[in-house]
Amino acid sequence: MSRTDSRGLVLDEKLLFELTDPGRVGYSLPACDVPEVTPQKSLQRDEIADFPELSEVDVVRHYTRLSTWNYGVDSGFYPLGSCTMKYNPKVNEQAARLSGFAELHPQAPEHLCQGALELMYRLQQDLGEVSGFPAITLQPAAGAQGEFTGMLMIRAWHEAQGNKRNKVIIPDTAHGTNPASAALCGFDVVPVASDGVLSKAAVEAVMNDEVAALMVTNPNTLGLFEADIREICDLIHERGGLVYCDGANLNALMGISRPGDIGIDVMHFNLHKTFSTPHGGGGPGAGPVGVVEKLRPFMPVPIVVKEGERYRLDYDLKQSVGRVKGFSGHFGILVRAYSYILSMGGEGLKRATELAVLNANYIRARLEGSYDLPFKQRSLHEVVFSEAALENDCHTLDVAKRLIDYGFHPPTIYFPLVVKGALMIEPTESESKQNLDEFCDALLSIAEESLSKPELLKQAPIRAKVKRLDEATAARKPKLRWVKE
Amino acid sequence: MRYLPHTEMDIRQMLETIGVKNIDELFSGIPDSCRLQSPLNLPSALSESEAVAVLKTLAERNAKVSEWDSFLGGGAYNHFIPAVVDHLVSRSEFYTAYTPYQPEISQGTLQAIFEFQTMICQLTGMDVANASMYDGASACAEAVLLALRTGRKRNKVLLSEALHPQYRETVATYCRYLNVELIEVGSADGVTDRQQLKGLLDEQVAAVVVGYPNYFGQIEDLQKLADAAHAAGAKLITAVSEPLALGLFKAPGDLGADVVAGEGQAFGIPLSFGGPGIGFFAVKQNDMRALPGRLVGETVDQDGKRGFVLTLATREQHIRREKATSNICSNQGMCTLMVGIFLALHGKQGLRKLAELNYSKAAYAKKQISALDGFAIAFSGEVFNEFVVVCPEPVAELQKRLEEQGILSGIALAKDYPQLENGLLICVTEQNSREQIDRLVSALAGGER
Repeated sequence: MSRTDSRGLVLDEKLLFELTDPGRVGYSLPACDVPEVTPQKSLQRDEIADFPELSEVDVVRHYTRLSTWNYGVDSGFYPLGSCTMKYNPKVNEQAARLSGFAELHPQAPEHLCQGALELMYRLQQDLGEVSGFPAITLQPAAGAQGEFTGMLMIRAWHEAQGNKRNKVIIPDTAHGTNPASAALCGFDVVPVASDGVLSKAAVEAVMNDEVAALMVTNPNTLGLFEADIREICDLIHERGGLVYCDGANLNALMGISRPGDIGIDVMHFNLHKTFSTPHGGGGPGAGPVGVVEKLRPFMPVPIVVKEGERYRLDYDLKQSVGRVKGFSGHFGILVRAYSYILSMGGEGLKRATELAVLNANYIRARLEGSYDLPFKQRSLHEVVFSEAALENDCHTLDVAKRLIDYGFHPPTIYFPLVVKGALMIEPTESESKQNLDEFCDALLSIAEESLSKPELLKQAPIRAKVKRLDEATAARKPKLRWVKE
Repeated sequence: MRYLPHTEMDIRQMLETIGVKNIDELFSGIPDSCRLQSPLNLPSALSESEAVAVLKTLAERNAKVSEWDSFLGGGAYNHFIPAVVDHLVSRSEFYTAYTPYQPEISQGTLQAIFEFQTMICQLTGMDVANASMYDGASACAEAVLLALRTGRKRNKVLLSEALHPQYRETVATYCRYLNVELIEVGSADGVTDRQQLKGLLDEQVAAVVVGYPNYFGQIEDLQKLADAAHAAGAKLITAVSEPLALGLFKAPGDLGADVVAGEGQAFGIPLSFGGPGIGFFAVKQNDMRALPGRLVGETVDQDGKRGFVLTLATREQHIRREKATSNICSNQGMCTLMVGIFLALHGKQGLRKLAELNYSKAAYAKKQISALDGFAIAFSGEVFNEFVVVCPEPVAELQKRLEEQGILSGIALAKDYPQLENGLLICVTEQNSREQIDRLVSALAGGER
């Protein structure tokens, strides 16, 4: 039996506004038990034109139908490279919904939030243990905001030392968020080329006393460990700089190597990658940041501290870079991550890393003869192929779309930029050998199709809700909202 | 471990296919000097029931708003969440997907965001809204960055003192190294001081930022503020932390706002100790290409069938890198869905009625408290569901006294506003019954029931 033989009923569905029938309601409110009053007329708005009017049943069916057009980790294999689409445990969802967490107001007095603060404190400790950093802030909302926070701390630290350094070295394999976050801190970006991994010589060539930091991803976006990282960190430190690590790929290192032990000064975590919190169709994530001791005074406020048996929010960091968002971070996501750590334990986290790396290497071994592998060093959690071996004008995009017809979410494509037509595959530890075999069989079959029936790739997908969409027109004539015709 | 599907047999076969003897060999690319030599010092794994017990114990040590008479607001609001919201967002086709990079298998997320963008436009009176930001505070900061980008060489930003203190702090953090001068505009009678504002406006000012309602719950006269800002060539940014007010009060877009940034938590998202919530962000047509964040647009597929895609990506970090409009990569997908469902359920009538209910409740509480000896309502203008009371005793003592009676009385303002030494910010929503309000009033008066 193959999943590609399956058939399903997929219902079309209008927009909320097209379904609207004036007079229909989907709410119930308690009766007003105080005198009814309204503000002066000049301040009141007219009715909200064309806003939805639907019954509860309409709304439930609407979103249920929309959900069936989506593909999630719970639907099947989702090997989106750099995104670590591991299984999202259901108990984490239940934990975040416990009334003591979900119904806790952020302005409640501290002595009435002790459980929440203790959870945050414990999570800080645990993330510190996994990464080797003595100080952790849980405030940043996502990885990119973590990068911003980390780079701000680096800038503030330099200023406190009286250093005027306004450049940051970033390898060409970096996520786009790295240069964007550095720019937001007023830094100029100095790109550095890598040959799969970064060499000390390449860094040395651009390192000078204008450089505040190196921003590195380890393992990098090719799934390779930066083998010279210690020597590179030493070099940067000797010349007065700091080293930032993008922790997006920490899933390759848990229990194996700790960034804080090998010369990294600042690193963000992506709890929605490494620590199993759901990606939510785009978010919310959470991007805690770990720092070495000398950067502790620069962390955003508030941070959670323990005094005796009490926990409190400390706002009193004199050199703090300030607040990067409201309240104390994405608490609901922190609960899920802590629940994951409890369920995995120290050994379980290490085992997850080992199996994630095993899975990536297994895919590599099975596909290496049929797809071009531009970098041959030992892969960790992900493997990146190029489109070089494809024939008949078939490209990475075609392979990705054809994979949809086989029932899989495509890998990340066209990233990292240093690989032509990159196919970046990150299986995570959640997949069994059986699933990996099905996926590899599909990719091998597609490679064969590209030789014998390339039109199958060019037309793909034919089995999804819609065929290939006209993205060029969408960008040229943007239609970003519904309007009544 | 139940999340890890590998059998010993699988592992052996996989290692054989790879051509290595054991798993450790797979890590041979990591130099010994970088290897951790000891096991992680973390507790052993717990079973599901044990983990739940630990988490429940922690949860039970927090105050649940449902078990208190809570009058806390200040940027996070206790509104009722219909069962449908959590039921639908719990469909894992939604929450276990990621950013819809592959539109053919992400139409559910994409259409839901397109609808969200539309409803935010309708609610705010703006032309274009993005697919969401992290929260109200960071959305407000991004709005300031947009004004600086589009304001050419202007490098001053005027922040109303009555804007949420955390929003002001976040703006300051975002602008820390961008050579921007942030200037605070004072308030008069609880709203932005227009005289002072006019004195501060000049050709260097990129934007004026005010709350609507502001942190004191007051409704600012946006039209006059917009006129003043526009006369100096500056943008008016409106930050909305209680968007339910927009169900009843005029939309900022109809009063001259150029950017509306806000926090959407009030629409169906649990309080959850302040996060995750959702930032919404809307502009007029001419700033469309300056928007930060993800955008969903309508298009057609090869057969001419309607579909939705992420669009205008050339603004974004994955294409433009250091020249992007923002470093943001994610949006608040799951929270976008909560807000969309909440708004669709309440609809045109329900949102208005819910807003009116909040308004009436707050008006009642305000009236009752104003009649108490020694208590005064701080400001005279119109409010939505929050207002400031000046108390006859130190707020900390009053809060403690009321807490003993099961009442979370409000937020002390003195820390952020020293001039409001005995100021207490009280929020009343549809979740507060008349009985609760009466209990608050009598407790404030010193009585116990």
